[in-house]
Amino acid sequence: MTLVEQEISKRILVLDGAMGTMLQRYNFTEEDYRGERFKDFPHPLKGNNDLLSITQPHAIREVHAKYFEAGADIVETNTFSATTIGMADYHLENLVYELNYESAKIAREVAAEFTSKNPSKPRFVAGSIGPTNRTASMSPDVNDPGYRAVTFDDLRIAYKQQVEALIDGGCDVLLVETIFDTLNAKAALFAIEEVKDEKKVNIPVMVSGTITDASGRTLSGQTVEAFLISVAHIPLLSIGFNCALGADLLKPYLQRLSRNTSLNISAHPNAGLPNAFGQYDQTPAEMQALIRDYMKDNLVNIIGGCCGTTPEHIKLIAEVASEFQPRTILKNAELNN
Amino acid sequence: MSESNNKYLQLSGLEPLIVTPETNFVNVGERTNVTGSRKFLRLIKEEKYEEALDIARNQVEGGAQIIDVNMDEGMLDGVYAMTKFLNLIAAEPDIARVPVMIDSSKWEIIEAGLKVIQGKGVVNSISLKEGKEAFVHHAKLIKRYGAAVIVMAFDEQGQADTYERRIEICKRSYDILVNEVGFPAQDIIFDPNIFPVATGMEEHKLNALDFFRATKWIRENLPYAHVSGGVSNVSFSFRGNDKVREAMHSAFLYHAIQNGMTMGIVNPEMLEIYDEIDKNLLEHVEDVLLNRREDATERLLDLAESYKGESKETTKEIQQWRQGSLQDRLTHALVKGIDEFIETDVEEARQLAAKPIEVIEINLMAGMNVVGDLFGSGKMFLPQVVKSARVMKKAVAYLLPYIEAQKDGKSSSAGKVLMATVKGDVHDIGKNIVSVVLGCNNFEIIDLGVMVPPEKIIETAIKENVDIIGLSGLITPSLDEMVYLAKEMEKRNIKIPLMIGGATTSRAHTAVKIAPEYGETVVHVNDASRAVTVASNLLQHETKTTYSQSIRAEYDQLREGYLSRSRDKNYLPIADARRNKLQLDWNEFTPVKPNFIGTKTVEVDLATLVDYIDWTPFFASWELYGKYPAILSDEVVGEQATNLFADAQKMLAQIVSEKWFTAKGILGIFPANQVNDDDIEVHPTTNDQQPTTFLTLRQQSQKTAGAPNIALADFMAPKDSGKQDYIGCFCVTTGFGVDEKAAEFEKELDDYNSILVKALGDRLAEAFAEYLHLKVRTEIWGYASDEELSNQELIAEEYNGIRPAPGYPACPDHLEKPTIWKLLNVEQEIGVKLTESMAMWPASSVSGYYFAHPKSKYFGLGKIKPDQVEDYAKRRGVSTEQASKWLSPNLAD
Repeated sequence: MTLVEQEISKRILVLDGAMGTMLQRYNFTEEDYRGERFKDFPHPLKGNNDLLSITQPHAIREVHAKYFEAGADIVETNTFSATTIGMADYHLENLVYELNYESAKIAREVAAEFTSKNPSKPRFVAGSIGPTNRTASMSPDVNDPGYRAVTFDDLRIAYKQQVEALIDGGCDVLLVETIFDTLNAKAALFAIEEVKDEKKVNIPVMVSGTITDASGRTLSGQTVEAFLISVAHIPLLSIGFNCALGADLLKPYLQRLSRNTSLNISAHPNAGLPNAFGQYDQTPAEMQALIRDYMKDNLVNIIGGCCGTTPEHIKLIAEVASEFQPRTILKNAELNN
Repeated sequence: MSESNNKYLQLSGLEPLIVTPETNFVNVGERTNVTGSRKFLRLIKEEKYEEALDIARNQVEGGAQIIDVNMDEGMLDGVYAMTKFLNLIAAEPDIARVPVMIDSSKWEIIEAGLKVIQGKGVVNSISLKEGKEAFVHHAKLIKRYGAAVIVMAFDEQGQADTYERRIEICKRSYDILVNEVGFPAQDIIFDPNIFPVATGMEEHKLNALDFFRATKWIRENLPYAHVSGGVSNVSFSFRGNDKVREAMHSAFLYHAIQNGMTMGIVNPEMLEIYDEIDKNLLEHVEDVLLNRREDATERLLDLAESYKGESKETTKEIQQWRQGSLQDRLTHALVKGIDEFIETDVEEARQLAAKPIEVIEINLMAGMNVVGDLFGSGKMFLPQVVKSARVMKKAVAYLLPYIEAQKDGKSSSAGKVLMATVKGDVHDIGKNIVSVVLGCNNFEIIDLGVMVPPEKIIETAIKENVDIIGLSGLITPSLDEMVYLAKEMEKRNIKIPLMIGGATTSRAHTAVKIAPEYGETVVHVNDASRAVTVASNLLQHETKTTYSQSIRAEYDQLREGYLSRSRDKNYLPIADARRNKLQLDWNEFTPVKPNFIGTKTVEVDLATLVDYIDWTPFFASWELYGKYPAILSDEVVGEQATNLFADAQKMLAQIVSEKWFTAKGILGIFPANQVNDDDIEVHPTTNDQQPTTFLTLRQQSQKTAGAPNIALADFMAPKDSGKQDYIGCFCVTTGFGVDEKAAEFEKELDDYNSILVKALGDRLAEAFAEYLHLKVRTEIWGYASDEELSNQELIAEEYNGIRPAPGYPACPDHLEKPTIWKLLNVEQEIGVKLTESMAMWPASSVSGYYFAHPKSKYFGLGKIKPDQVEDYAKRRGVSTEQASKWLSPNLAD
């Protein structure tokens, strides 16, 4: 059993908050994104946050440290879009291995510092694997519903490269997150299994879907229960939801998940819904109150934040998490895994 | 991590499906399966995916909890079809809500399916048939893709057919899956093979009971695993007897579920409610299923006899419908195709009517409208409609003298249609069927028969003032005839719509080659059921203009698409294609010297040929699609196919015993070699004949790396190899007597038997070709003297060597026929003639070559380029224009 698997049985683990929200505070310019290495690169690079692990590593290091200081047990690598598919927008497909490897390494180093300061609270790194910007089970062309902009094999190959680098860089866990199309996630899980097999390693995997609106379904149309069944064919550390909704709106879906699975449950909701300017203005205290309700209802084993959350949010979330016992599995959970 | 004890099978589409102990039975929809549904196959082949989706939707709406999708058909690109169909399903939330069962015997199709479903589906199926290694490999991948799996009770030794073999294989499969692969036990579904019972074979007696026992054993000994199966197999020996089959399915299912079967492929329409099965029948059925008595099978067979007539008319039923009103009786007679009482009823109607013509216009047409509606909505099939037409014709014939006596009676028909098979072509089964169906729908038909010159078609059309001209043809030169006729009609400024049909015609050819030549509407109609709609649309005042415009627009678009598509293909210059010819190793292979060299005529008893008949095309000629014998139990057309087959068998017995036709054939085998790449030099054995040459054509489209550009000549040893090779050729006919018999039936107003006799003539000719080929392989030439194949294997062409026919895909050149005719002296010896379009007369004839090389195979020539046409023209000694005309269907644009 890995260390993270041992820890999760003892306490509610706290995941970090948003990376993007924190990086916005640095107000990096196009030149900053490029750094020395890419100053003559022929295409614009501003907005490629994953690249900052190479061009502004100190900033990434700082953000990770702030979340650990706030009480996070796990930080996510800065690799949400670091696949050949995501990097194609920036013409940086060739950089994928290095991006993932460096990001994992930075996070791993910061985690090691904090663990050595307080060995009773070991810290972990989760390799962040995003959904890419394409969908394998929906057509982008309304007039041609049978068309697909990306295939399972395209995704599998891209994810495999990302996963290899994340493991080589020292991740403790892999986190397949913000899943809006389950087929994309299945390609990621397939790639993970291939890499585990080839490298003969056993690395825990977290899966986190996204319920996009009040329909209670993923963007690709699955209900909570169907989503759960569709990704449960490989051993998972946890299953849960993140993004799109705030903690209050996400709660009913976590309850449905909780009734139906014997897996650990994770949640990292947004800081409420965005306002008219696209900003999230739920305060840390407001979010803490909502998360406290999760804990009272015995809903989660891993809790953190997504868009709009900051170290201040995580600090209050960690406080409340420490007051409660981790979720115990309902005896009559209908689905099993 | 805690483990729950609830190890349930869980599947998902957009919504979950969880099989708990409380789940009674999971019903798998079977209609989206090309091997089980002819309709679905046709839609997929024609790329009508929208309509194919409707089938899937109907199943889900009808209660299917999983849909089985199968694209295993030789002519389909299964990977493409599976991917495309599942992608389209994903866009339909009302279908995609249920899980998919990916059904294929080919791993690449299964894998293609697994790559496009977001939910957790079921793979159907894997087994130990190919050994443990492949089994483990596939199971690992299925697990990784995230699907449950059906495991067939099949291993290296074969399919399990006893209780012991079933449990042995299932246990071994389970242990490998659970212990070595780590496959979740609840995701394993066994299919322990449902086989027919009451077959009369001693070894089949325990088929159902062994299945039940094996199911029970699996559920008790292989924890969490499930059991499934295809239920309709069990009643296979009672096909055609739905009453008994339905009872068997229900009883089987009842016991299978009692023993632990959890899911199955079931046709809900072929299921009687268990409690409502006649108690006596149930007892007999269960005696068989449970093998409760020694004589169970005989007793059920006896009892089944009494149900057999259930769909046919009993005396009681006749009395019943004879009690109805006059109109009801007329309609019943027309719909059921019963002519027994038609004259009595028509006479009664005539006496009541003001004018005799009204009996046709009012009473009979009311009945025929019912027939038309039922046919149009797929509730009646072609053979039934032709029988209805027979009744109609008899009724009209009875009335005609009265109508003529009155003189003032002028029938108001829906329109006048001229039908003709074009010049040089002798095939007319399809044309006759369309004529009959149009006739049924109140169209007046002027049928000019076969080999009709264009002048005669045009003259008659003008003189008779027809509303539509229907042209038919089966051989490729007929396509040119149709184009010629369209041009002539345009020249003379004729404004009559053209309907085009026949085996060789296509929508693409009609759009690209015929429609541009003619200002009036040209429309391709290849099935009888559509002919009525098309003809009505063309003639009805309200629809005429819009319909014509829409057809024109559709064909313009098709033509543009076709022309731009064909440019995409790459072709090799003929010299390059020849360099890439099929290279057989002539050092390693020595052609077998024939036991007989020269020509000989063959006569054979018709009875001998019966066993060699391939029935599948026979049903297709009646627009009943499906493989024989499975078609006889097809859910949709099974009953009609069974009735038609019974009629065919009856007539076939008469054909044989009363010697209606004469079977004559001739064949020749000669020394021959490949010369100049594409030619075959043949040495006739008599001294007065000079060497002659068969010309073959070579594929010119760019092939994938390593694939050759084939010509038939490649199967012959080249002259410079120093090896003496041989070629055969033949012509067989069973056509003498066919037209005479057909004419007799027509005189009796019996189109049904007229079409039937022609269709059987064609089948016997093909059977003769099959039979003679066997004789050639095993005796006359003797290169395969140790061959032992069943008739099914013969039909599946599982033998060495081929017999390609001029005019078909491997050698589309009809001008090879005169060479064969001359070489074998066909016309003098057996009387089969060639028309100016090189069609054989009589129509029920087959000719071709024999190639003996074990690597020889059928292929399609595809399109060829002008350089080969020019080269061919020189070799043939004709002008390039003439060569282009004969080869036009194969010219690349």
